[in-house]
Amino acid sequence: MKNATNHRTKETLLEVSDLRVEFDTYGGIVKAVRGVSFEVARGETLAIVGESGCGKSVTVQSLMGLIPMPPGRITSGFVKLKGQDILGVSLEKANQFRGKEIGMIFQDPMTSLNPTMTVGKQIAETVRVHDGVSADEGRKRAIELLELVQIPEAKSRVDHYPFQFSGGMRQRVMIAMAIACKPSVLIADEPTTALDVTIQAQILRLLRELQRERDMAIILITHDLGVVAQMADKVAVMYAGQIVESGTVDEIFYQSGHPYTLGLRSAMPENDEEKSKVLIPIEGAPPDLFNPPVGCSYFERCPNAMKICGRENPALFNVSSPEHLSRCWLQVPRRAQPGGGGMRKSLRHTLNTADAADAAAETAAEGRVTFFEQPSAPFRGDESGMAP
Amino acid sequence: MNNQNSSTPGSTLPKGILEIRNLKKHFEVSKGSFLHAVDGITLSIGKNEVVGLVGESGCGKSTLGRTLVGLYDKSSGEVVYQGEKLPSRYASSDFKKYSREIQMIFQDPYSSLNPRMTVREIIAEGPMIHKLWKSDEVNEKVGFWLKRVGLSADHMSRYAHEFSGGQRQRIGIARALALEPKVIICDEPISALDVSVQAQVVNLLGELKRTMGLTLLFIAHDLSMVRYVSDRMAVMYLGSMVEVGPANEVYFRPLHPYTQSLIASNPEPDPEKERSRTHTVLKGEIPSPINLKPGCRFAGRCPKAMTVCQSVDPVFREVKPGHSTACHLYA
Repeated sequence: MKNATNHRTKETLLEVSDLRVEFDTYGGIVKAVRGVSFEVARGETLAIVGESGCGKSVTVQSLMGLIPMPPGRITSGFVKLKGQDILGVSLEKANQFRGKEIGMIFQDPMTSLNPTMTVGKQIAETVRVHDGVSADEGRKRAIELLELVQIPEAKSRVDHYPFQFSGGMRQRVMIAMAIACKPSVLIADEPTTALDVTIQAQILRLLRELQRERDMAIILITHDLGVVAQMADKVAVMYAGQIVESGTVDEIFYQSGHPYTLGLRSAMPENDEEKSKVLIPIEGAPPDLFNPPVGCSYFERCPNAMKICGRENPALFNVSSPEHLSRCWLQVPRRAQPGGGGMRKSLRHTLNTADAADAAAETAAEGRVTFFEQPSAPFRGDESGMAP
Repeated sequence: MNNQNSSTPGSTLPKGILEIRNLKKHFEVSKGSFLHAVDGITLSIGKNEVVGLVGESGCGKSTLGRTLVGLYDKSSGEVVYQGEKLPSRYASSDFKKYSREIQMIFQDPYSSLNPRMTVREIIAEGPMIHKLWKSDEVNEKVGFWLKRVGLSADHMSRYAHEFSGGQRQRIGIARALALEPKVIICDEPISALDVSVQAQVVNLLGELKRTMGLTLLFIAHDLSMVRYVSDRMAVMYLGSMVEVGPANEVYFRPLHPYTQSLIASNPEPDPEKERSRTHTVLKGEIPSPINLKPGCRFAGRCPKAMTVCQSVDPVFREVKPGHSTACHLYA
């Protein structure tokens, strides 16, 4: 199931290309998503990873037509579901695929359920709207769905209100609603962030089981690399509104070709009793998305930054396989080295501080100069790039 | 931070800077019905030690932290700080006396700073109340502490909303440090922060522990981070302590079935490890802490529950040197 090569031949369900989303705010225009492209195939899990304000939630909200317009605006790109364009269609048309073809689970199950409706009615609503069944049939389906998501005593629980459920159980109700019409794509936006680890493990297992039974594609939005390692087949790492690296889960974790991905790994503890790792934080803050930098968006925080990085934003270059892409100048194919092997070596070196000097020497030998004359990081909030 | 090991052979309870003995905190939710948030916790925290406290939401770990600094009255039991018993209910003079010694860092860097005060006012408030600083040296001192936590002295005239989450958490740390306390209770200091910023705050706390000789109670639910930060790790479930021991022992060789399930549920950022791991998922949820029945609190969810667990409270005892647990399996 986790073998990435299995999925290459599978049918692509959802295709997103050059998606750009902006928001009008008092402070100006926030460019929240700046040219995001990805594909998801049947039965596959794509994890979109990134820190707060990187645009991961806005990306999936625009797939569902959930961006409030105004102040939001989709300025370019297309989203194709089974070959049909679904971006910017009429509300009527959007309602045909929303909840039917694409289901969505939100982070906070308390605020996303209606507190004045029983959970049974809420689940039945989805089924009744899309499949046109009767109220009785809807209720029956709701009970079946509650059983499917392993809520005990579903027959009596169907008449309960959301406040009568615990956080984990509410998230199960959300999942029941999202999969009620057997969608081919399930979007899970931080589905376990609000939950404890033991409940998180239950929910993640439920999602994997449902995926296997129904051959569903899952787009999982998270900031937890542990959850990614457990769930994902493919990973897209987002930073400042762009995908900076994408590839299979193994490529991202073991052959990463972007300093930001490596930086995230270095900032997290590893559970290895023998090795004591020193956490290396990423200094500074993400750039201001009112006025995104002309160069690479990670330039100011990047330990590998070169002069060109401040001037020009890199394109996505190949790293280790045709599907493994990194938005980094270090991955420029050069000197007939297939895949830029030498570059990746120097990148991996920086993970280990003892080898940092080594890497610097290598850098110098390659005729590149590390850029030290960075302006002292201006003071601004993490949230500057967030949607209003 | 991991090198300090308090498991000196033969002494189960090393003389700690903070000794918690059978501490209880009950809240009356309705007449005659009590919520046992903290129900008989015994823990000794050594000088210059970092004790990590983990557990799921609702297990009472934050209540314990708040009780230790006097924000909640103690229902029973005692807390001894450097040989001196802390009052079970703090009067304002007690706050003045003990807040110099025991400080707290809060979880939410957004709600724990007064939005109408400048950073200078926030940091100087404590020391001025304690008359530690003269008014003509406030700027210098505030500047010193801001630099100490990695901010700049220029920031002192700004308001909290002008800072990012990580920077606010640093302001909260500077506020706690300005009184030069001996003990800091850190209540989920990194939970609200992004991964890259968590490392900044954790490294800062580690450095302060080394250079200032601080003692930390680090409350969190991120098991990997707690193992990384702590010398010893304590695990709470439903108001009671289920396991305490050296951090690596508790993480890699947990004794209590609850700790075992907790660690088995902790996803690790390593796809190969995750693929080879058997996902044993703990069934059920944490029961309500109101009017608890006798017996082990974990019995209802425990994969190894025996008949004795249903009726008899397990005794918290030392199983391996420095490593204690409350479980009938080791009785």
